[in-house]
Amino acid sequence: MPVVDLASSTRRELNGALHALGANTNEKHWRVENPQGQHALAAGLDAPITVEIAGHAGYYCAGMNKQATVVVEGNAGVGVAENMMSGTVHVKGDASQSAGATAHGGLLVIDGNASARCGISMKGVDIVVKGSIGPMSAFMAQSGNLVVLGDAGDALGDSIYEARLFVRGEVKGLGADCIEKEMRSEHVEGLKALLHAAGVPDSVKPEEFKRYGSARQLYNFHVDNAGAY
Amino acid sequence: MCGIVGLFLKDRALEPKLGELLAGMLEVMTDRGPDSAGFAVYGTGEAGRIKLTIRGNDLDDVAAKLGVTLGQPIQAAPHDTHSVLSIPAESELAARAWLAEHRPGIAIIGAGKRIELYKEVGLPADVSTRFDLARMSGTHGIGHTRMATESAVTTDGAHPFSTGADQCLVHNGSLSNHASLRRMLEPKGISFTTDNDSEVAAGYLSWKLQDGATLAEALEDSLNDLDGFFTFVVGTESGFAVLRDPISCKPAVMAETDQYVAFGSEYRALVGLPGIEKARMFEPEPARVYVWERN
Repeated sequence: MPVVDLASSTRRELNGALHALGANTNEKHWRVENPQGQHALAAGLDAPITVEIAGHAGYYCAGMNKQATVVVEGNAGVGVAENMMSGTVHVKGDASQSAGATAHGGLLVIDGNASARCGISMKGVDIVVKGSIGPMSAFMAQSGNLVVLGDAGDALGDSIYEARLFVRGEVKGLGADCIEKEMRSEHVEGLKALLHAAGVPDSVKPEEFKRYGSARQLYNFHVDNAGAY
Repeated sequence: MCGIVGLFLKDRALEPKLGELLAGMLEVMTDRGPDSAGFAVYGTGEAGRIKLTIRGNDLDDVAAKLGVTLGQPIQAAPHDTHSVLSIPAESELAARAWLAEHRPGIAIIGAGKRIELYKEVGLPADVSTRFDLARMSGTHGIGHTRMATESAVTTDGAHPFSTGADQCLVHNGSLSNHASLRRMLEPKGISFTTDNDSEVAAGYLSWKLQDGATLAEALEDSLNDLDGFFTFVVGTESGFAVLRDPISCKPAVMAETDQYVAFGSEYRALVGLPGIEKARMFEPEPARVYVWERN
């Protein structure tokens, strides 16, 4: 297993080595020591590998990820898994603002809490937060699932499009055009699969969650406005 | 973009290392603010005396000449372009008047029982070295690395700003109503020495504090009256406070242990602190006032 120690190697050397890996690489398991909160660690990966980051990561860790599994053993800074396309990013500590922002696919799991704007403009990613999320989360979320085992801060789902938001705890407040919606059987089934994928124990039942989504009442949803485009 | 660091010690054993720890934190924030840097350190005070931090040229003979005027010896601790004068508290007004008349080119950038304040244009590491920050001791300190947006890259525009005794403020962000706030505050006796928006925020808090508000109350009120983006770290003689704007536009991360409370714009700034691996890490919530006071 290749080990890159960032106390002696640079971040560019690390990311350069990871970017050079092909789809058939045999170096499938990497470990990064002494990350010390550096930015853009393991960003832009596109290979079926696992990268373990042994500590706290800075901004944009695992940004634009494709295929790879990136595990942050500490906290992650602003924009973890930003614009992820596929693969898995697992943060074992807390995540800072804008976790999973604009991400199109893949699975982002945060064992701790995520702060403000988690899942902002998410476009298909699945995000599972085992703690709570901060205010303004899922702002303008377009597609995908945001699952929160704890509480959600103020203005959840403001100006949301078609993403599904599942919250088990309290929601401090809903943003414009975000409403609570019925939990139908297909939602329970989908949520169950997501919880399982994120390693949440079976003791947490999908039925304990409430679902939130778009009321589709904003200007751009109104059929009378179709002619304006 | 700017960088902020702050360190508030709970454990007295760390006080001799305050400057060294703060210098390390400040240097890491160079990427966020390479234009200028500054810091305030709350060191030891002496009963009945206050410290004036002065900045300018020809500081060498100021203490001697001021001593003649005040009729007693004045101590000066020179640090590069700055000097910290220790003067009897009752002579503060006389000292300010003498400086204004005889040395108009000298700026008084900090005053109080314990505060010392230093700032210069240049890379943070160079600024720390010039003032020998690593050898300073104290109970708490606040530092700032500036990437200028609202006003020019000058020493005057560097943070921290001090607009009241033993008070200082550093700011990451920009205020949009600083001009109207300035017009509101000046008739109330708050004076400003720069065009900087952050100095207005400092002046606003000084106004509230002189009106009898606690530090927490002053910061609560600022949420209603300040318009713009801000993460503030504020120091007083015994207090250390943090406030972020209601949408937490600017980054902030904090660490707390039995020995200290530390603030950084990014986690990287905190990496060198003792016991950081075991610290309670958290992000201050938007529009929530955090205050720590020394007993």
